[in-house]
Amino acid sequence: MDLTTFLIQCLNSVQYGLLLFLVASGLTLIFGIMGVINLAHGSFYMVGAYLAFALASLTGSLLIALPLGLVLAVALGYLLEWVFFSYLYERDHLQQVLMTFGLILVAEELRSLLAGDDVHGVPMPDFLSGAVAIGNGMTYPVYRLALSLVCLGVAAGIWWVIRRTKLGMMVRAGATNREMVQSLGINITLLYRVVFAAGVALAVLAGMLAAPVSSVYPKMGDGVLILCFVIVVIGGIGSIQGAMLAALLIGFVDTFGKVFWQEGAGAMVYLAMAVILLWKPEGLFKAG
Amino acid sequence: MNFATTLARTLIATAVAGLCALPATAQEKIKVGFMLPYTGTYAALGVAIENGFRQYVDEQGGKLGGKAVEYVKVDDESDPSKAADNANKLVKRDNVDVMVGTVHSGVAMAMAKVAKDNNTLLLVANAGADAITGPLCAPNVFRSSFSNWQPGYAMGKVAADRKIKTAVTLTWKYAAGDESVRGFKEGFEAGGGKVLKELNLPFPNVEFQALLTEIASIKPDAVYVFFAGGGAPKLMKDWAAAGLKDKIQLIGAGFLTDGTIEAAGGAAEGLLTTLHYADDLTNAKDRAFRLQYAKTYKLQPDVYAVQGYDAAQMLGAGLVAVKGDLKNRDGLVKAIESAKIDSPRGPFTLSKAHNPVQDLYLRKVVGKLNKNEGVAVKGLADPARGCKAS
Repeated sequence: MDLTTFLIQCLNSVQYGLLLFLVASGLTLIFGIMGVINLAHGSFYMVGAYLAFALASLTGSLLIALPLGLVLAVALGYLLEWVFFSYLYERDHLQQVLMTFGLILVAEELRSLLAGDDVHGVPMPDFLSGAVAIGNGMTYPVYRLALSLVCLGVAAGIWWVIRRTKLGMMVRAGATNREMVQSLGINITLLYRVVFAAGVALAVLAGMLAAPVSSVYPKMGDGVLILCFVIVVIGGIGSIQGAMLAALLIGFVDTFGKVFWQEGAGAMVYLAMAVILLWKPEGLFKAG
Repeated sequence: MNFATTLARTLIATAVAGLCALPATAQEKIKVGFMLPYTGTYAALGVAIENGFRQYVDEQGGKLGGKAVEYVKVDDESDPSKAADNANKLVKRDNVDVMVGTVHSGVAMAMAKVAKDNNTLLLVANAGADAITGPLCAPNVFRSSFSNWQPGYAMGKVAADRKIKTAVTLTWKYAAGDESVRGFKEGFEAGGGKVLKELNLPFPNVEFQALLTEIASIKPDAVYVFFAGGGAPKLMKDWAAAGLKDKIQLIGAGFLTDGTIEAAGGAAEGLLTTLHYADDLTNAKDRAFRLQYAKTYKLQPDVYAVQGYDAAQMLGAGLVAVKGDLKNRDGLVKAIESAKIDSPRGPFTLSKAHNPVQDLYLRKVVGKLNKNEGVAVKGLADPARGCKAS
């Protein structure tokens, strides 16, 4: 492998890792702060992709579809928390798994009824559809570069909100001690609802952004869900920095695994997880 | 009292036995059991196969070989772990005379085993696993579709004929992909080409970027791929987005561009694939078939509908020869083996292993159609490796 190819593969790794981070960040928020194992998170990713498909064909542009989809996603998250998830905080993990697994089935069936089982494509905005030359006769798609930038922006945004704002402070406090925060006069119910809605919105955003490059198809959330759990566990449950680092790590392991050891590429990610957990059983970063 | 109950029991037992024997003696109808995906990703394909089958039977006035045809259905959910149970339901509970199935290769292989164990007639109307007409071949198992090897081999030959010197293959690491790539390699290397590298990724992973970069650095003349369903348009789009479209020729088995052109946007335009059917064949049979199908079902037919239609034709050919007498199994099998099926894809016969010996078309994506670019290989027979019958 020459240097150019190596650098491009690194770029591939970073780009894939960043996209995974976008989905995993929502999961780690919900899992780490609210203590809910949300198996339906992959379904939110799928919902995002189908929203992009539906809204882009309605409005004619992905750029208009994005804000519309985000508004719908926040509303959906808010509603789901109110109707379903708010009952789960005090329950044990098995019941959480059962209910969120049920939500996956419902989401798949609704998708089948509303959008059918066909594969669909989402056109990307024209100005992002080109490719830039990066030497040695190779090119890189502009959309993927743009995607990485958006992911980085969102990551910075999350970090800023959690670490530098009053809302973030309340969220962090709520994760540590729910009752104490409540007794300080903070409406924890509303706070959780907002965090959950944000988590759903992140997954939906990831689905919408990925739709033009990944196309839209049934059960597209399944694979993503498993990888996201791997990332959340490696990174340390509830830690945004951890999720970022773990997502990039998984991006690199997956990309170079495919190149160097094809037969084992499917297992590489899990091997990496096992090694890291042996070394640091709580994940790279502890929550908080 | 004791005597009375015994008598009553005997009477009931006799009556039940008599009732059970009744349908067996009075074989008025042919019972066809569809075991197809009616839910899930492949639901549309299952419906197309059933539609095609029914269309042929309806064209014959609802009868094959003088016997009315009656249907039972099982949804196989494309789930191999439920396949043996589902097939047994058709055979043991519903007592079907013929099983017709299915899309998923793993499910079809389980069906073939059940058919073999119970000596039930099985018509496979899509699943391409080489094994079905290879090691699993049996006198009572027929296929109306293709073997994975066939489109692969045909594309290999076309590529070699077109002076393509080097190729890389790319597929999911599963049976269908492996078999298709093996076919391609055989045809391509027999014509003087060389496969530089066989790339694959775990099913159903669709993160192709790393492998596309790998391909760009190897710089082959062509890349042969086997992908279907959601992975196909994603690959074509990634391929175009990576700027490979003008540099390296992307070729594949026909499933790459069947039902996926719209999802791929412009990325599919101009791609070459091989399959036993194309969207614009000009034979009269195909025109009549497409017209009738569109009229009956308000849908455009596809290759799956053709395969269903031909499964019914094969059964019909057998039943006509034995005048509807299902007990004459040997006669029925011989008649299907020697039949010339007048398919919308063009006429075909069956190999000794019961797989179609058929023309493979080279197709080019133009607009939303897979346009016929001529016959790639005429009368191509699967080598049926491992089949003891051939």
